[in-house]
Amino acid sequence: MSEAILQNSAEEKNRDLKELVKREYKEGFVTDIESETFEPGLDEDVIRRISAKKGEPEFMLEYRLKAFRRWQKLPEPDWAHIDYPKIDFQDIAYFSAPKAKPQLESLDEVDPKLLETYEKLGIPLEEQKMLANVAVDAVFDSVSVRTTFRETLAEAGVIFMPISEALQEHPELVKQYLGSVVPPQDNYYAALNAAVFSDGSFVYIPKGVRCPMELSTYFRINEMNTGQFERTLIIADEGSFVSYLEGCTAPQRDENQLHAAVVELVAHKDAEIKYSTVQNWYPGDENGKGGIYNFVTKRGICKGNNSKISWTQVETGSAITWKYPSVVLQGDNSVGEFYSVALTHNKQQADTGTKMIHMGKNTSSTIISKGISAGHGQNTYRGLVKVMKGADNARNFSQCDSLLMGDRCGAHTFPYMEVQNPTANLEHEATTSKISEDQLFYLKQRGLDEEAAVSMIVNGFCKEVFRELPMEFAVEAQKLLDVSLEGAVG
Amino acid sequence: MLKITNLHASVFNTPILNGIDLEVKPGEVHAIMGPNGSGKSTLSNVIAGRDGYEITQGSIDYLGKDLSEMEAEERACEGIFLAFQYPVEIPGVSNMAMLKAALNSIRKYNGEEEIKAGDFLKLIREKADLVEMKQEFLKRAVNEGFSGGEKKRNEILQMAMLEPKLALLDETDSGLDIDALKIVSQGVNALRSPDRAMVLVTHYQRLLDYIVPDYVHVLANGRIVKSGDKSLALELEEKGYSWIEGLQEAS
Repeated sequence: MSEAILQNSAEEKNRDLKELVKREYKEGFVTDIESETFEPGLDEDVIRRISAKKGEPEFMLEYRLKAFRRWQKLPEPDWAHIDYPKIDFQDIAYFSAPKAKPQLESLDEVDPKLLETYEKLGIPLEEQKMLANVAVDAVFDSVSVRTTFRETLAEAGVIFMPISEALQEHPELVKQYLGSVVPPQDNYYAALNAAVFSDGSFVYIPKGVRCPMELSTYFRINEMNTGQFERTLIIADEGSFVSYLEGCTAPQRDENQLHAAVVELVAHKDAEIKYSTVQNWYPGDENGKGGIYNFVTKRGICKGNNSKISWTQVETGSAITWKYPSVVLQGDNSVGEFYSVALTHNKQQADTGTKMIHMGKNTSSTIISKGISAGHGQNTYRGLVKVMKGADNARNFSQCDSLLMGDRCGAHTFPYMEVQNPTANLEHEATTSKISEDQLFYLKQRGLDEEAAVSMIVNGFCKEVFRELPMEFAVEAQKLLDVSLEGAVG
Repeated sequence: MLKITNLHASVFNTPILNGIDLEVKPGEVHAIMGPNGSGKSTLSNVIAGRDGYEITQGSIDYLGKDLSEMEAEERACEGIFLAFQYPVEIPGVSNMAMLKAALNSIRKYNGEEEIKAGDFLKLIREKADLVEMKQEFLKRAVNEGFSGGEKKRNEILQMAMLEPKLALLDETDSGLDIDALKIVSQGVNALRSPDRAMVLVTHYQRLLDYIVPDYVHVLANGRIVKSGDKSLALELEEKGYSWIEGLQEAS
């Protein structure tokens, strides 16, 4: 083969890869739907209006105002390994709702355009999809649109509804637990969320009940210049079990949008909560234009003895991810788990990890973190394992693996350990690897094309995390990873 | 089936092959022998289409097609199989999943439907018996934690599953004890057929006691300096590789 032909084929290959890089964000469409959106800006008046819109009890308004005053005094955190222009919090609208009748009695009353949106996203909103055995709460911009399977769940005594409704129907429960795990003053974004959150999901599993189905919330940002501040509160009473899934998408826009959620989990004695996330907010384009800023506080408390909380997350979207799902291991023999896959491609940045706070005796925690960086992506694992004085025989196993694709991306690992009890047993393993030419050639030689080979290697890398996901979600997560990595090798 | 004409090739711009001519017909088994650094492995990698292994002159014709125009995966789908000298580990990917994906990819390329799950299981069990591989190996990650012998057996299992037209076996005997060598050879021999050609690349004559070749070629400094039948291998064993230095000068 002549020199010229060689060069040509190299150019062709480059072009092919460039085509692939320009993959479409499948969920990038905008729904043209009439919405009621507040003017951008934030002051006490806006908070009063949000609260009034929701017809909230007085304590809630007080809670919000207190949080807002705290927020104004808190510094914006800048310690994460992420780089972004300063957010103008006065330029964001803090409430947006599809214009509709105030109370929806049946699916027929939901705006067909909204249903179409969820159809496009593949969300089983209709009861006929009962076979899927997933109860869905869908949050569109700021409000919860519909919760399926309410009746079935109610029979089991499970409460699964928008938190705005829970404030009406079960104010005492919300009041008791809201902010008990993530207090408003916890951090900058948690305080902001406490002040302005408009909706989210509320779950209560009564004593001894094994929730008969997976519970799921689907979050969608649609309006421009709108922040989404959802609030999720899950309480598993003694001896109960619940598996909860959340998924997220947003339209493709050139402007950055803010998402600052708070999730609180409470597991009482012998209870178990399994919380899975597949996060696919719009990541921005290949030049880093647009995309969601995802600043999220997630924390669970293993309040009672023998309780267990398990976080599994697959983070492929967002321009910026700032998120540390944590577990406070208060009860004796309680167990905390964190399984994470975080992928950054193009100009995406992720600073994510977990905190395991060991307080009770014989508590144990497991951390498995898989970071994948491609393009100019920056991926940081940041984790804390803290063993308090009284936490005799605490055990932790941490494993942080990074996979690099190309030579312009970065992987960083910051594992912190604070041990105040000499009986603690902590193990930490970390690896950084590249997809090797040898692996790629091996698979290609077996007949797989480059995309399939990369996908196979990456999925293998993530296997320990994927197997923690419910089956349907695992399949979705694998597909998502494939799409997110298209054109990442070259 | 395979016709190599005046092949010159470089590995990352270093010339390694300096004019190879070789013709392999269906059903034939050719052994390529030679000292370290003679270009044996380069030849199999060039045929398989590894990145960085470039043809600078000459041609490789495979079933009437110019191989230089094809990507590695296309060559695989067209029936070229390389049993690796050092099979890589692919953590988290089960042997079974990898083989199923590979088999279906090849079937798709050839316009066939995907294999049914049940048929696949039956097939892989049958082939695993061929190389005396236990079922549990099928579920383990590709080559992860495998011993040298297990890795080589796994290569032959893959070959049996993918049923190539042209099999290249790169130093398949290296690192094998005598028992493993027997099992691997049995597997290879079972796959000999009138439609399938094999090219064995090996440093030692030992392998050829078990897999008897139709032709033996001796490679030195990137050229075939002598060809003959299986007796050439024995002669080489007896006289040592220093013998071929003389041959080179003669040629």
